[in-house]
Parts: sequence; C-alpha cells; structure tokens
Amino acid sequence: MNSQLRRAVGTALATALGATALAACGGESGGTGGQDGGGSTVTLVTHDSFAASEEVLKEFTEQTGYTVKVLKSGDAGTALNKEILTKGSPQGDVFFGVDNTLLSRALDNDLFTPYEAKGLDRVAAEFQLDGEKKRVTPVDTGDICVNYDREFFAERKLEPPRTFADLAEPAYKDMLVVENAATSSPGLGFLLGTVGAFGEDGWQDYWTKLRANGVKVVDGWEQAYNEEFSGSAGGRQSGAERPLVVSYASSPPVEVLYAEPQPEEAPTGVATGTCFRQIEFAGLLDGAKNEKGGKALIDFLVSTAFQEDMPLNMFVHPVVADAKLPELFTEHGVVVEEPATVAPATIADKREQWVRSWSSIVLK
Amino acid sequence: MVLDRPEVDDSARAAPPAGTAPRGTAVRFALMAVPVAFFAVFFAYPVSAIVSRGLHHGGGWDPGRIVATATRPDILGVLWFTTWQALASTALTLLLALPGAYVLARLDFPGRRLLRAVVTVPFVLPTVVVGAAFLALVGRGGLLDDLWGVRLDTTVWAILLAHVFFNYAVVVRTVGGLWAQLDPRQEEAARMLGAGRFAAWRSVTLPALAPSLAAAALMVFLFTFTSFGVVQILGGPTFTTLEVEIYRQTADLLDLPTAAVLTLLQFAAVGTVLAVHARIVRRRETALRLVDPAHTAHRPRGAAQWLLLGGVGATVAALLLAPPAVLVERSLDTPRGYGLDYYRALFEVDSRGGSFLVPPIEAVGNSLGYALAATAVSVTVGGLAAAALTRRAGRLVRGFDALLMLPLGVSAVTVGFGFLITLDEPPLDLRTSWILVPLAQALVGIPFVVRIMLPVLRAVDERLREAAAVLGASPLRAWREVDLPLVRRALLVAAGFAFAVSLGEFGATVFIARPDNPTLPVAVARLLGRPGELNYGQAMALATLLMAVCAAALLLLERFRPDKTSGEF
Repeated sequence: MNSQLRRAVGTALATALGATALAACGGESGGTGGQDGGGSTVTLVTHDSFAASEEVLKEFTEQTGYTVKVLKSGDAGTALNKEILTKGSPQGDVFFGVDNTLLSRALDNDLFTPYEAKGLDRVAAEFQLDGEKKRVTPVDTGDICVNYDREFFAERKLEPPRTFADLAEPAYKDMLVVENAATSSPGLGFLLGTVGAFGEDGWQDYWTKLRANGVKVVDGWEQAYNEEFSGSAGGRQSGAERPLVVSYASSPPVEVLYAEPQPEEAPTGVATGTCFRQIEFAGLLDGAKNEKGGKALIDFLVSTAFQEDMPLNMFVHPVVADAKLPELFTEHGVVVEEPATVAPATIADKREQWVRSWSSIVLK
Repeated sequence: MVLDRPEVDDSARAAPPAGTAPRGTAVRFALMAVPVAFFAVFFAYPVSAIVSRGLHHGGGWDPGRIVATATRPDILGVLWFTTWQALASTALTLLLALPGAYVLARLDFPGRRLLRAVVTVPFVLPTVVVGAAFLALVGRGGLLDDLWGVRLDTTVWAILLAHVFFNYAVVVRTVGGLWAQLDPRQEEAARMLGAGRFAAWRSVTLPALAPSLAAAALMVFLFTFTSFGVVQILGGPTFTTLEVEIYRQTADLLDLPTAAVLTLLQFAAVGTVLAVHARIVRRRETALRLVDPAHTAHRPRGAAQWLLLGGVGATVAALLLAPPAVLVERSLDTPRGYGLDYYRALFEVDSRGGSFLVPPIEAVGNSLGYALAATAVSVTVGGLAAAALTRRAGRLVRGFDALLMLPLGVSAVTVGFGFLITLDEPPLDLRTSWILVPLAQALVGIPFVVRIMLPVLRAVDERLREAAAVLGASPLRAWREVDLPLVRRALLVAAGFAFAVSLGEFGATVFIARPDNPTLPVAVARLLGRPGELNYGQAMALATLLMAVCAAALLLLERFRPDKTSGEF
C-alpha cells in the first residue's frame, strides 16, 4: 500500500473507531503515546538482552541533555528484522545489537546512516568490520564457547574437553547439549565456530561425528542451560545429565556473581578451544527523527564510562583499549586466544544453506 | 424434548414484523460499530498489510508461486502434523475436562471455588516456565518416570498432554458456566419418565450443552492449532506447527513471501473450522431454562458421583497441579535449604548490575495495569459484539461472528509485524506506545468474551425481552433489566479469561517493542536468560507469584456473584 492510501485508510478507520475503544483504557496512565520527535529524547532500539546501569544513562543525560528511551524489540534476530521491515520509518534513532553473524543483512538493507563515532580510534581495527564506510560502530565482543560442569568432571577424574575435536571423542559421549542453529543465536554461533575450525567442506563430517557421539539439540539457550546442563542451578535441581553446554565465555563469572555466598571458584569452566567470537555493533538508523541525539548516543556507547559499565550488565567485553575489566572478569573469566571466525560476507551468503544442511545432518 | 417453546426458523427471525425492523437493525449496527472498527484497525488492516507485502514481494503478484509454495512437501507435512495434533489435543482435552466441568458445575463440595480458580492457573503460565514444569512431569526423573519408568519428553504425547494442561480451564469454564445454570429438574423429569441416567443426560443435558461444548472445542482447537511455545519447547526441534514455521520465516529469516503463504494456509484452515462450527451450532442454540447456579449444585450422592469427584481430583492433581508445584518447590529451594531468600531478592534492586533497574516485584504492578486495561477493552468490545450478535440474523452478522474468532487463528508474529508497518503514522502512531500491549492482548481476550457470553445471551428467552418491550421498556432498558442480570455471571467468567490471557502475555505483545517496564512473564524470561543460581531462583519465585496473582484475581471474581433472586423468573 502506498503511503497516502495508508494515511487515508488510517484516518478513516481512526475516525470510525472514535474515542470509544481508546477511552476504555484512557484511564490508565504511565505511558507515553507515540513517537518523541526530536527534542530532548533519543530512542535506542535494541534486543531484549540490553542492559545498562541507571548511573551511566544519567551521565549521558548530564553530558548531552538528551534522555535515553530504551525500546526492547525481541531477540537479536527479531529486533534486526523489525528494523529492516520498518526501514525509512524507524521506531527510534539508534539501533544496538546487530552482530557479525547478521551484519551483512543489516548493511545490505542500507539500514544505517554512516557516522564516525568520536573516539573510534581507541577501538581495535580487528573489530571494525565496516571500517571503510563506518555505517556501524563496534560496541562489545563476547565469545560463544562450550561450558563444562566442574564437579562432574572432578568426580569422574576426567579431563574436561578443550577443543572442538575433543567433543567428538568417545570419552565425552552423550555429554554435550547444543542449541538449534536455526532458532538460537548461540546455536548459530557454535555452528559457525565449527565452520571456522573445520572449513566450509569439513564441518559436515565433524557434525556427523558429533551426532554419533550423542549430541542433544534443544531449541534455545534457556532450555539448554537451565534444564539440560548439569552445572546450572536449574539443572542441579532437576537432575540434568549433560555436563557440557554451548553458552558464553562469560557464563562462569556470572555464575559466581549470582551465587550467595560467592564461591572461590566458578562451578563451571570454559573449553577455550571451542569459541566463536561475536562482535556487536550500533548504528544510526536511516530516517532517525533525532539524528543529532543519535550521534551523541553512539559516541557515548564507545566512551570509557559506558564501556566499563557494560561487562557487569550485559556480560560482554569492551572494545576500547582503555576500558578496565571488572575484577570479577579478571578473576573468574578466561582469555580466549584464538576464537574461530568466519567473514560476515561469507556468513551472509551461506548461512541459510549451512543451517539447512546442519538440520538435515543433526535433526533428521 | 424440553424446550420452552417451538424453535423459530431463521428466516422468520431475519425478517421481523414490519415496524420494529428499522429500529432493531439500527441498534444492532450501532452496537457493531465499535467492534467492527476495532477489528478493522487493530487486526484486519495490519494483517492484510503484512500479508500483501509478502505476496507482492519483488514487485509482482504471482499466483503460481503461491501455489508452488503451498504445495511444497515439507509445508504439506507441517500442515498435516498441525492439523492432527490439534484434533487429537482437542479430543483429549474434552475427554479429560468434561468430567471436571460437571463436577465443578453440579457438585457442591468444600474447596469448590478454590478448585475452579486453580484449574485456570495453567492457562496464564508463560511457556518459558511451563517447559521446566512440564518436563518435571513427563521428562527424566518426572512423575511418570518415577511411577512407571515412562518418559515422554521428546514424543508427541508431551505436546498433547501439555495442550490439555493449558486448555483444561477453557472447557471447564466455557461448558461449566452453562451447565451450572441448566435446570436439573429437566433431567430429573426425564429420569422419572423412565430414562436411565446416561440416556437422560444424553437426550436432555447434552443437547442443551451442545453450543457451549462446540464453543469450547472450537477454542481448544484454535489454540492448539496455533500452538507455539509448547511445540517449540516440548516437541524439540523435530516437531513443528504452521505457527512455529510462520514465526521462523518472519522473525528469524524475514522471508515474508513464504510467511504470507503460510499465513493464508492457516487462514484457510481456520476459516474452514469456523464455518463448520457455525453450521453445527446454528440450529442448536435454543432458549433454555436458566436458573441460579447456586441452586443446581448438590452434595455428591452415591458411589458413582464420589468416584467421579475423586477421579477429577486425581486428574487435576497429576496433570494441572504437579507441574506448577515443581516451580513452587524450586522457588523455595535455596542452597541453604528451604527458605524465602529468592522472594526477598525480588524486592531489592539488583546491586550487582544488570537485569533490572527496579526491583523485579514492580513487574507485578506493570502486569496488573496491562491486564486491567486489556480486560476493559476486551469486555467493552466483546460485550458490544455479543450483544449485537444475540439476535441471530442474516449472513452479515454470522460473518461478523466468525471474524471475531479469527485472531485466535492468526499467528501473533503476523499481527505484531503488521502493527509495525501500519500503525506508524499519525493519527495511529502507536508503535512505541504502551497502549498497543493491552490492545493486542484484547485481540485474544475478545473471542473469549464473545464465545462465553453468546450462548448464555442467546439462551435468554426472547419472550422476556418482548414482554419488557410491550411494557414500554426501551431496548437499552430491556437489555439492562432482562439480559444483564442473567449474563452477569458469564460476563465475570469472560472478564476472568480476558484478564488471565493478558497476565500470561499471549499474542502479539511479545513482538511489540516496549519501554523498559517488564511485565511478569517478560521479567521471568529475562531472569531465565542469564546464568546464576539467584537468577534462576528469582525466576521461579516470580513465576510462582504470577500464578498466585492469577489465582487471587480469579477467586476475587468468583466472589462477585449475582444476587440470589436474579436467576429466578
């Protein structure tokens, strides 16, 4: 439908509707109706996992005069697709949360207006996947890795696996649970990790071996981690039987953070040779109502203040060199030396095809 | 038969005596205006916009491609699985829940109100926690595993049983609501005339219940046909319904052309079911002798009724209470032994950083606010629609009746994405407004209100309205004096459902971008989305609170009962 017709239909319907239906809930207060055009508000559209401390958002307001309105728009893939769908008439000014597995989709759809953030020179070149055109700005990184249940392996005096290849060994039969690559972002990341490690022609054989070794596939991270993985609180309560799960390198520090009292050592560990690196980006949405505020917000996302606030809120690593990691991460985190990577353009080309053949290898 | 009066055929009703016709029609159209406008703006317009964008993808309109997609073997496979699991789930739910409907409608026993509220609780549980709860029943180390060594967690049985778990209340409340108001003396009369207990039930009660039975079956079928979370979590990656596939194509892959074809397929299937339902029901709805439910229930008599009560109790305990009980147990199970630590943590701001800027307990307030707004919208729009549909007439009205049910058969992601591309300009620039949440929830609440109220409204004897008119009452007055007292109970039941639907966050709301004031299910999901004991424990505690809030709200509704005399005439 063209825009004029849509407006005409909208107006006609709204008139027909009258005030009646809306009046029914007009008494409820506490919401803001409609878009905040320009002015003192800048709207950040992001995925459900976004979190920032109140103090850091206040600091932004003090520095710039803009208040941040956060709109959570579903998981990472859904949130991005919604922006593609509403291109030109975006829900907000800045989008945060497109990662390297989805980056090409965003760029091919011309979602963002190029903008070079102030302080971008502090961000390592390896993270700047759109370094030339600067349509997106790297904000954080995180590694998707297999986690293991320390107690399980200690009790059995078994060495936990370290690499992708280890996971296919008979010693670890029926131990690994992974997420569906078609529906889950860590699931897709792990699949891409195996593509990076074994090559475009080698990963299929590897997954055939994994299947023979009893890998279990469930739909999402919540289910894999909370219900199947023996090292999680939920898993312990339900007597889960799998001591290996695809999760994040930051999961063990978070386990420490959210235990009372905090243990000396995390109950889980990371197989550092099974990691795939995710880089998350932010971009100024094409058609943003408050472009100036949006630019200020992107500057702020790579500022030291925000970068140091992120780790304990979103459990990710900063991208700027001068941001200090919290003690929790330096104490309980791991350093992933050589994560597997696949070029975003290749991912864009092959992702669907890979996921399809993965499904037929593992699920059929 | 025991009908109060001979059935008047439809054609006679469609053409009322000259003189009253223009006024009646005008009233009906006035009543219909709001529901029609509501559905046009918040359903038909967004859904048709997103479907037509998919169908026109790449500029052209290509019927060949639509047919080619619709007949792909994998898609036909999904359609087949979707259909048969929905039929099986509906049959199983009716089988297990009808005794429950009878017991709650007709038997008087201590704890009856509590039980009625309790069976509705599963209905509001978000699927993120139902997965955990249900696996405790059918999965490894679950109840069935303990008793008989049976594990169903990757079989289709897990899906079917979970569907019973969710929809038990739909049957109990929809059928039970009418059953409680049927005059038991009619069945007793049949028995005095020599009919056996079952024969009397079959020839007297069953026909009278038929409309509400059909309505319940229709609701359960639509819910299970469009099942999403249950299939995703309990079915594992191997089972998939049309709804799951539409979600994948839309939200994950943004393949709108395929999603549009799937949506049309689902539409066609749901439309067929609605048409069949309408045909079955059309001639079954008759004026019934309705009485005050307080007078129809009696203490269980004889071994058979006690046995039935015991059987229903056992079913409810095993199927409906065991899974939520697991959540309660886990919410109390702290590393230091059983305690309220996780509940206390809900009242604190997370000092570690993270998930919430406010104490998670504030989600209760957010949820109640949304649920009240959604209930108000559902009852207003649905009530007007039901009132307009009371007097059956013409194709137009029947078509409208079916239209009201369609939101149950359309994927939430389709509605949610439709909102995105349509409600983005003044005067309907609502995309980022909080009001979209209760409006979307009302789309699912309204069909409940209509389906629950309509059988009762239609069962009101037309002669009462005519008598009121003869005595000089205006249509509004007649409605208030005749219809309202009789349907107040149904209205409360319907409001309860609309409220529960909103609390459980069904529908498109999941796909609406929202400011950071999480509702209970959203907060539970957020806590479950991160590692750590405290997060998991708090998620369980919050899920327990969600159940408690729902049960309390429904119990409260039970207290508002019609006055003792209102059912007697």
